[in-house]
Amino acid sequence: MATALLQRRLIFVTGKGGVGKSTVAMALARVAASRGKRTIVANMNGTGEEHELQLAPNLFTLSIDPQRAMEEYLTVKVGGTAGQILGQSRIFSAFAMATPGMRELLSLGKVWELAQTRRRTPGAEPYDLTIVDAPASGHGAALLRTPRSFAEIAKVGPIASQAGTIAVTLTDRDFTAIVAVAIPEDLAVTETLELDEALQRERLNIDAVVLNQRHPDRFDEGDLTALRLLAAAPAARLAVAADIHARLEAGQAARLEQHFGERLQSLPYLFAPQLGEEELELLGRELDL
Amino acid sequence: MSLTELLEGKQIVICAGSGGVGKTTIAAAVALGMASRGAKVAVVTIDPAKRLASALGLDLLDNQPRQIDGARLAGVKIDGELWAMMLDPKQTFDDLIDSVAPSPERAAEIKANRIYRQLSTAVAGSQEFTAVSKLYELSQSGRFDLIVLDTPPARNALDFFDAPARLESFLEGGALKALLRPTTLGMRLFAKGAAPVLAALRKVTGVDVTTDLATFFALLGGMTESFGVRARHVDTLLHAQSTAFLLVASPQAGPTDDAISFHQTLADGQLPFSGAIVNRVHPALADEHLPDVGPQLAEKLAATVSEYHVLAARDEANLTRLRTALAGAPVLLVPELEDDVHDLHGLLRIHQELFG
Repeated sequence: MATALLQRRLIFVTGKGGVGKSTVAMALARVAASRGKRTIVANMNGTGEEHELQLAPNLFTLSIDPQRAMEEYLTVKVGGTAGQILGQSRIFSAFAMATPGMRELLSLGKVWELAQTRRRTPGAEPYDLTIVDAPASGHGAALLRTPRSFAEIAKVGPIASQAGTIAVTLTDRDFTAIVAVAIPEDLAVTETLELDEALQRERLNIDAVVLNQRHPDRFDEGDLTALRLLAAAPAARLAVAADIHARLEAGQAARLEQHFGERLQSLPYLFAPQLGEEELELLGRELDL
Repeated sequence: MSLTELLEGKQIVICAGSGGVGKTTIAAAVALGMASRGAKVAVVTIDPAKRLASALGLDLLDNQPRQIDGARLAGVKIDGELWAMMLDPKQTFDDLIDSVAPSPERAAEIKANRIYRQLSTAVAGSQEFTAVSKLYELSQSGRFDLIVLDTPPARNALDFFDAPARLESFLEGGALKALLRPTTLGMRLFAKGAAPVLAALRKVTGVDVTTDLATFFALLGGMTESFGVRARHVDTLLHAQSTAFLLVASPQAGPTDDAISFHQTLADGQLPFSGAIVNRVHPALADEHLPDVGPQLAEKLAATVSEYHVLAARDEANLTRLRTALAGAPVLLVPELEDDVHDLHGLLRIHQELFG
């Protein structure tokens, strides 16, 4: 029996662009916070809060910035003269930021630090749960692969050993979980299946798939027969179209179901102008956690 | 203003926008529309849906445009030519190295280098870099009247412009030239002032990275200038009046915000913005009258209609926001289609909506 999702310390939420990763990450975080877990949502989209900011009781957010992560790393981890020299060196900074994979590694390093029971950042309080609002699937898979590539390339030195530690943490299923978000459309489902393949090659597992934005399927055969006779009325046409849509969605859901079985859960499409706190709470209640 | 008028005299169209808004299909529909009007068009797609790709006959992934057989496009007469390709970032990168390397042997050595392999495949940004690189290559070839480029999904425009710039500056080795002065293969010889930095760097990164990097830059030696020149040509190309950036969005709050900030980035960078295409819009119902049906079905119908109202009102509000932010630039709408659009049928429907 795998460790329950919210019992882990680190959850990556990824998926195709536009499927609602941030929404699902925030809904998960609210559930965790309401259960008394000190939770932080770490955003890797490059927008948001520069410093750890409290949103609600037990709920925090932070935007991960690789440059700042590097400065922290150098001060805390390398320390001494080397840390000082590097921290002040613009050449080094430019070099580090341009080195392939370094930005990803530094970002992951910060995420790893947030998830530790004993934080490396002086005076920082630990979190029970760190939820990462990760980049879209393609970049997300590349991100999760980075520590291992780095550990293999660098072989020795503090970065290599740090990368190695992070790589181990990512494959530890008691510690880390990966949640893929999809919507019931062909492209998004295909990308989720491909993501699973790509992650498995890295010995990483998708722990849960959240199928977001399921539309209601409320018309039965009798309804449709009646509606088709009324096709001149826009409302009836709308209903028939909604039914076609629901069927297509069912087909896409079945593809995921077949592959992920019990790891799959669904969230309803919310007909709201914008998703606010109320909607996030509703989604959280729908999740089986 | 029609899309045809909008793209009059353009040689490059770049479809930009956040993920999940239908950029690839829109790019293909734009290419199809212009080809049916007599132009010789190439569309560079990134990660198209498999069904769309195979419907177009793009199963062969060889990183070169292939001509689409007009017979596949039921009902659309192509007076010009339609070519399409799927971008293969690794292959594009390899081709680039082949084209700038002084000898095939040097190219082979570079392609075998570990840093290069990491750079050309695993790294976020290589897709953006190679997309722009491919665009430049096709434009230089002079084979097409119009090139339509689909772009990798990004939350903000900066990803698209920054990633190539970062890679270019890395390849140019600007920062590193001061640090590593590779004269022969292997590492050695460092500028005096850089010695402590380098020592610290080695301490932190591990020797092997430094060695690999030194080797990599030794191999690239002499080629870095070509990267710089290339980067400047690409920059000129992106800014040319014959280039058009088309924003692709959908009318939800998030993608609308993304489109507005994307537009701002284009304006700040003085890049030629032509207009926006908003996909999957829910137009207001023409007639809200509910037909006469039994009470149970009436209740279900009322629920469906009221849900639709929420979406139509949301779309209208976001479109107003977008139009205001775009200050009068053309905004074209494609309505939500009831069926899944990621196939040929969907492409033809969107083409129909955009070009009439």
